[in-house]
Amino acid sequence: MNAHDEDRMKQLLKQAIRPAGDAEPEGDLWPAMLQRLDAQPAAPPWFDWALACGLAVFAVIFPAAIPVFLYYL
Amino acid sequence: MRDGERDVLNSVLDEFRRGDPATFNDAFETLFRLHQRTVYGWVLRIVRNPAAAEDLTVETFWRIYRTHARFDPSRGFEAWARTIATHAAYDWLRTKRPEAELLMDVAASPAGDPAISEEIRRKTTEAFARLAPKLRIAAVLAVVEELPHKEVAAALGISVAAVKVRVFRALRLLRKDLQERGITA
Repeated sequence: MNAHDEDRMKQLLKQAIRPAGDAEPEGDLWPAMLQRLDAQPAAPPWFDWALACGLAVFAVIFPAAIPVFLYYL
Repeated sequence: MRDGERDVLNSVLDEFRRGDPATFNDAFETLFRLHQRTVYGWVLRIVRNPAAAEDLTVETFWRIYRTHARFDPSRGFEAWARTIATHAAYDWLRTKRPEAELLMDVAASPAGDPAISEEIRRKTTEAFARLAPKLRIAAVLAVVEELPHKEVAAALGISVAAVKVRVFRALRLLRKDLQERGITA
């Protein structure tokens, strides 16, 4: 695809899909946010658990590293 | 923004990041009310579905709520929220069938170039919806919304060069898809 084709496709895409502009939600979303917060109490994300598990495995494999690790905390 | 307002906002951001139970909820609500429209507008640009954009705005703030400790004040709240919103929108796009999307665009095509028929516009929209979400997001933000590549790159967490590559691939695949359906662009 050359530069001309690329420009042509850009124009076609702009013709087919209009910019969203400065659209706003129909109302205040805070009540929906409160519902979400009430429905799902905050839990640590999966990568926090993965990090904790990784550290635990590391400590089991290299127990001598624990004092060094604690020293640098 | 005046100095006084800036100080108040910095204080709110600090309370939000620290997560002190005494002040965290108020700080979160303040940030939500301050940024909900911006986040909604950003998500709408990507998913192009107002109802989904509202749900994803809440989802974005839910992720922000959970990961408040990772907020880096030097980067700014809005840029951080935009990145999280982009990931939430990407997750949503991945779960949707192509034909279920882009309702906004089919319903509201502009008058535009008379040489481009309504059928071509519709087929272009459909072909665009069939692209991989990663390519679609880059193309819609950079080409349709005409946002600077740097801004798109920051929201996607990739380099400017990678944005250009994704946009080029999106356009190339779009052209190929249209050609296969008998439309020569």
